[in-house]
Amino acid sequence: MEFEVLKTSVGEWLKGTGPESDIVMSSRVRLARNLAHYPFVGRASETERSEIEGFLRSHLKKTSVGSHLEYTNLRSLEDLDRQFLVERQLISREHADATGARGVAIDPTEQVSLMINEEDHLRIQCIHSGLDLEAVWAQIRSLDEEIEEVVPYAFHGQWGYLTACPTNVGTGIRVSVMLHLPALVITRQIDKVFRSLHKISLAVRGLYGEGSQAFGDFYQISNQITLGRTEDELIAQVADVVPVLIDYERRAREFLLQETERNVHDQVSRAFGILRTAQTISAEETMQLLSRVRMGVLLGLVDDLRVSDVNKLLVRTQPAHLQKMKGVDLDTKDRNIERARFLRSYFESGSLGDN
Amino acid sequence: MQCQQCEKQAMFHITELEDGEVRELHLCEDHARVYLNQAEADSQQEDSDTSSGPLGVNQTAKELSEIDQLFCDMCGITFFEFRNQGRLGCPHDYVQFEKELEPLIANIHGEVQHRGRRPSRGKSVGGESLPESTEELTSVIGMRKEIRHAVEAEEYERAGKLRDSIQNILHKWNAEAPRN
Repeated sequence: MEFEVLKTSVGEWLKGTGPESDIVMSSRVRLARNLAHYPFVGRASETERSEIEGFLRSHLKKTSVGSHLEYTNLRSLEDLDRQFLVERQLISREHADATGARGVAIDPTEQVSLMINEEDHLRIQCIHSGLDLEAVWAQIRSLDEEIEEVVPYAFHGQWGYLTACPTNVGTGIRVSVMLHLPALVITRQIDKVFRSLHKISLAVRGLYGEGSQAFGDFYQISNQITLGRTEDELIAQVADVVPVLIDYERRAREFLLQETERNVHDQVSRAFGILRTAQTISAEETMQLLSRVRMGVLLGLVDDLRVSDVNKLLVRTQPAHLQKMKGVDLDTKDRNIERARFLRSYFESGSLGDN
Repeated sequence: MQCQQCEKQAMFHITELEDGEVRELHLCEDHARVYLNQAEADSQQEDSDTSSGPLGVNQTAKELSEIDQLFCDMCGITFFEFRNQGRLGCPHDYVQFEKELEPLIANIHGEVQHRGRRPSRGKSVGGESLPESTEELTSVIGMRKEIRHAVEAEEYERAGKLRDSIQNILHKWNAEAPRN
């Protein structure tokens, strides 16, 4: 894997382009698939896991998509590099932290990643910047069909595609949209929104998937049900609710500007001030402040800064990214110092050193 | 805090009162969902007097422990292990534990019939059309286990025959191991 290249790019999900990208960070679909002739990953022996990895790797090479992908063996990768891939949303935290034979095939644009031996034998993921679920679905569907021509996925007439966890059985699809909702957080409407989403069986998670807290007002909305509905219906379930959330967030932003302009301007300016001058700063605080500044840029309260730059800073200030850029392992304390140094120098020079 | 069932972070902290005894559970989202669905299925069963379905509370402890002892003919996982881990052992579990899984799946998804995309299978290597379901291919998992038993019992002829059968099935499904 050309980590050197990845270091100076931001990856698909933070590109900050695509429809509604002032609020919708990214659209993602993943499919869970398993080989019919092996036990699921959790019950497979070490030898079987290696065989599964070998089988999938060699068969993926037979597909047109497989030949464009770069394969990374996660077992032999350093912890820091695995963490780096998690921060770029190319593998899950569980996949990074697992043991045994496993890997990931990634395309150069970072839109597609194929995780081998995650919870299921194969997890296909496709991410686009902005609100673009239909295109994501079209892309992942053709990918899946092409792979299915050479890989016998476990399938059952009644239960559909068979998965290690019954919560994924059937379509094996998880559709998610990542939203930036700072104004709904500030106006304290976010809990109400989430309660209504839960009622229509949609899940809400933080930035880095399962179990993670929503740092920096970034929220991931996804379907929970996978069986008994078609993929199109499940995608529509998520897609239909997103314009409503976008509308709520826009109205909340307008409200903040009209009713409390001085307050919101003050909050944004203070956040910007801390980012430009802090001597030590945690990843969480950085996310929180960048989130406020991002909203400020979109509301015209901050000059000389673009949304795409804020997006870049969001990923570059993550722990593994900082350490990869610095080229050394740093403990939390040193990371916080390095993060503050990086932010100060960015705002002084107005460049990330790669433009 | 880590989930008691896996490596993930525990997001659900559940306190159960059972016969005056307090039991604390710390589970990740997935395991909590499986656990809570189970608990809900149990209490629904409790509400209906006529029900005697799987996992019902009106079943005796003996019956419940019998369900826990059910195991998969292919991968060998017991229903107890599945309940503990929240993960199944192999594709055949959906057939083997069908009766036990159905109420659980109905609770999670509200449905018990797949309506999404289906595989479009090509012809087998021998030219016959392959079935949609992959049960035959999954039977290989059980046959591999039988080979190990046969070898242990020094029944080499039987082991050889099993190997041939596996090879035939894999060949038919075009699922042979890659040659390096």
